[in-house]
Amino acid sequence: MLELEGISKAYRVGTFGGRQLVAVNDVSFDVGDREVVSLIGESGSGKSTIGKMILRLTSTSGGVIRFNGTVISGLKKGALKEYYRNVQGVFQDPFSSYNPIFKADRVFRIIRQAFFPKIGNQEWKEKVNRSLGAVGLNSEHVLSKFPHQLSGGQLQRFLIARALLLDIRFLVADEIISMLDASTRIDVLNLLADLKSRGLSILFITHDLSLGYYISERAVILYRGCVVEMGKTEGIFDNPLHPYTRMLMESVPRLDKKWEAVKAELKAKQAGLTTGCVYYERCPAAGRSDDCKTNRPGLHEVEAGHFVACCRNNAS
Amino acid sequence: MVAKQSKKKNEFLYFALRNNKLRIGMTVVLLFVVLAIIGPWLTDFVPRQYATAGPNAPSSEFWFGTTSFGEDVFTQFVYGLQATFIVGLLGGGLGTLIGILVGFIAGYRGGLLDEILNMMTNIVLVVPSLVVLLIIAAYLEVRGLVFESVFIGCFAWPWAARAIRAQTFSLRSREFVDLARLSGVKPLRIVFTEIAPNMMSYLLLVFILQFGGAILTAATLDFIGLGPTKGISLGLMMHNAILWGALILGMWWWFVPPGLAITAIVGALYITNVGLDEVFNPKLREM
Amino acid sequence: MSLQVENLTITYQTLRGDVRALERATFDVADGEIMGLAGESGCGKTTLGTSLTLLKPPMRYIEGRVALDGEELPIWDTDAMNPFRFKKVSVIPQYAMNAMNPTRKIGRMTSELLRARRADHKGALRELRRRLELVELGADVLSMYPIELSGGMKQRMVMVLSTLLNPSLLIADEITSALDVSTQKAVAEMLVGFRDREFVKSLIVITHDISILYQIADSILVMYAGQLAEKASTDVIIQAPRHPYTKLLISSLPKVGVKYAEQRLAGIPGSPPLLLDPPQGCRFRERCPVAFDRCTAVPPFVEVEKGHFIACWKESVVHA
Repeated sequence: MLELEGISKAYRVGTFGGRQLVAVNDVSFDVGDREVVSLIGESGSGKSTIGKMILRLTSTSGGVIRFNGTVISGLKKGALKEYYRNVQGVFQDPFSSYNPIFKADRVFRIIRQAFFPKIGNQEWKEKVNRSLGAVGLNSEHVLSKFPHQLSGGQLQRFLIARALLLDIRFLVADEIISMLDASTRIDVLNLLADLKSRGLSILFITHDLSLGYYISERAVILYRGCVVEMGKTEGIFDNPLHPYTRMLMESVPRLDKKWEAVKAELKAKQAGLTTGCVYYERCPAAGRSDDCKTNRPGLHEVEAGHFVACCRNNAS
Repeated sequence: MVAKQSKKKNEFLYFALRNNKLRIGMTVVLLFVVLAIIGPWLTDFVPRQYATAGPNAPSSEFWFGTTSFGEDVFTQFVYGLQATFIVGLLGGGLGTLIGILVGFIAGYRGGLLDEILNMMTNIVLVVPSLVVLLIIAAYLEVRGLVFESVFIGCFAWPWAARAIRAQTFSLRSREFVDLARLSGVKPLRIVFTEIAPNMMSYLLLVFILQFGGAILTAATLDFIGLGPTKGISLGLMMHNAILWGALILGMWWWFVPPGLAITAIVGALYITNVGLDEVFNPKLREM
Repeated sequence: MSLQVENLTITYQTLRGDVRALERATFDVADGEIMGLAGESGCGKTTLGTSLTLLKPPMRYIEGRVALDGEELPIWDTDAMNPFRFKKVSVIPQYAMNAMNPTRKIGRMTSELLRARRADHKGALRELRRRLELVELGADVLSMYPIELSGGMKQRMVMVLSTLLNPSLLIADEITSALDVSTQKAVAEMLVGFRDREFVKSLIVITHDISILYQIADSILVMYAGQLAEKASTDVIIQAPRHPYTKLLISSLPKVGVKYAEQRLAGIPGSPPLLLDPPQGCRFRERCPVAFDRCTAVPPFVEVEKGHFIACWKESVVHA
């Protein structure tokens, strides 16, 4: 659905733009239909810039972005508006995304004026209710309220509802839950995952690996504007190959393992030395026994000419 | 929209009415405005009319005394107040308007346009307006109040433009502007419907500063003789007073009232500004 | 050392009334303990941290006792607290990293601080240099301006400054939030290092990121809406929490290894109450799945097992 080919972004800095700051450097990846791709990077990695380029909020300095085959950098006016019917974004700070002196549902009105100028009141009302319902908001509670009267989670969902009003195919979610409280984060995250099953593709930009793991099939790891590793989320997390990815995996604070344990594990994986069975990590729990972690099973003949290297099978 | 606006208005009104600086400042300014409006009815003369012989100290007949030419100082004073306020309004208004235009465009568009406008702003700032006025005065023999206002406005806008540009810059990077762009709203419309409403209080402060500044500038220009060639103003009164030796001869009633009035008005305007800033900015309020 | 807090109650004065930000907090921190203070926004953790060091308007002290190393801390009196600050109890506030005067070199700022504290200037400087080496900052940082340092370096600088006079208690308020993952780890490990090297005796680490606490804290105190919910050792809180809020909170955190497709996590419906006019009794009552009628009274923060405190009628009744 969305293809990025050799995308770059350079800013001119200094008086009269003498020097260059390269924020994004030759990035290529794609997002397919009904797919969630995590764009993972720390600050300065260029992930937000990529999001902005996809949304045409910033121009590209090089490379091509294609949406369903069409190059988006040349789109103007009418065609650009059509593009926005298919691609929208939600940003990090829910309170900054609303003009504080107006009511929250003004964002809906702007959409109506821009994209549905001729729609009737009743039809619009139904559309709004459907969108709000899809994000789990009660229209009575949230319409006609000011942004500061709603919570961060509600505001972000409101923005997702706004995007849904347009029947979009692609959503750029730029750190949308990092400013929310822990207990509301998961709800918004679940919402995104639900929307995926309804046909939406999502580019999930984040610095938090556990969120990326939770929601995405594929992940792109970004460092200082370059893609350092890319692939299936599980694969990257289980077996990070690029030293930067390894450092990320080692440094991210986890709730199930302490840092030393993670470091040791990664080191062991790298060295190829494992105590215990090589298949331990991927073996379904039903197949494992206590010995499997510490004893490397040798090949045993279980029946004539049939050998297996498995602790459980050896036992029986 | 109504509920929050009224609550917000109430909140502002609440603080506005309790803010001492605002109260004092506005009272002083309003007093002078009232005087400027009803003044002409309080006197039988017109500014340059010969009322009585020679200079006289203030008395019950001539409240502010008379000048060396026997003109009633009080009459000159109230008509001069009118002129002063008109210059302030016109000059300050023009300065604010140009400042808004330049500031918004430079702040929102950025890039090359911003650099060009910045350069223009800096050039106008640096140009010695007095010299320009001297040159113009050499060619224009008759100058009116409107000319003076326009002239002041044309040199005062850089201050407003800079301030507005800075504010626009910071507002423009807020995400609600991005969202408006994602909704296909045109840039000019974004400036006026998203950014400007957020800056209303700031624009008011800028206007008040320009108003006060214009009055002061006009008084200065009048005082050194570069003001309007006809009519009367507070600065002109002081100019005449010094010219005709009021300082040496001790005719304090000729130059003290206009000088005091200008000081009081401009000072009150600046104090009002500070007070308004406190009203609008919750962090500055004393609890 | 130990910190004993008893019935600490703090409110905020606002136009619309008093916000009851902290309600009768009672807990202890033992010598050498790193206690994490966790909770969501508005739960009162920053209030608690700030009240122990810099209680000033709009915060208002209502009641409560705070004792550090057996000595009573007069937290309600800003002036009387002066001799304690920096020397006995020190704080790294949330914005510390960005609060350094950009026009002053770091070394100059440090000397001014030390002089203001009337500490032994020369001796302290020597110690300062030694510690800077320890945190891998190098003494030449003293001749730099804050703008030349990265976020991590600034944070480490602030940490060294705050602990220079070896306070008994250090309160670190959200010091890892604005940092990159790798710097976060370095800063967090540094905190533990300070404790191990006895630059500080005990730490209270305030954060909303429980996973950092899992890595470095010995115990965790969970707060909700101004009330204490549960305090226990880190492992117990993460793996076997008993308070309904803690349980829901921990289970709503995505962990590496958990996918949406396999296990859909759930959040806590609703939102925390406004503290201007908080509900009676347990403030989690409205969102709690096991609330019952007793919950309209404030549950006491009691020890249900050794070192495990909980404020919940349901949980303490069952094991009473």
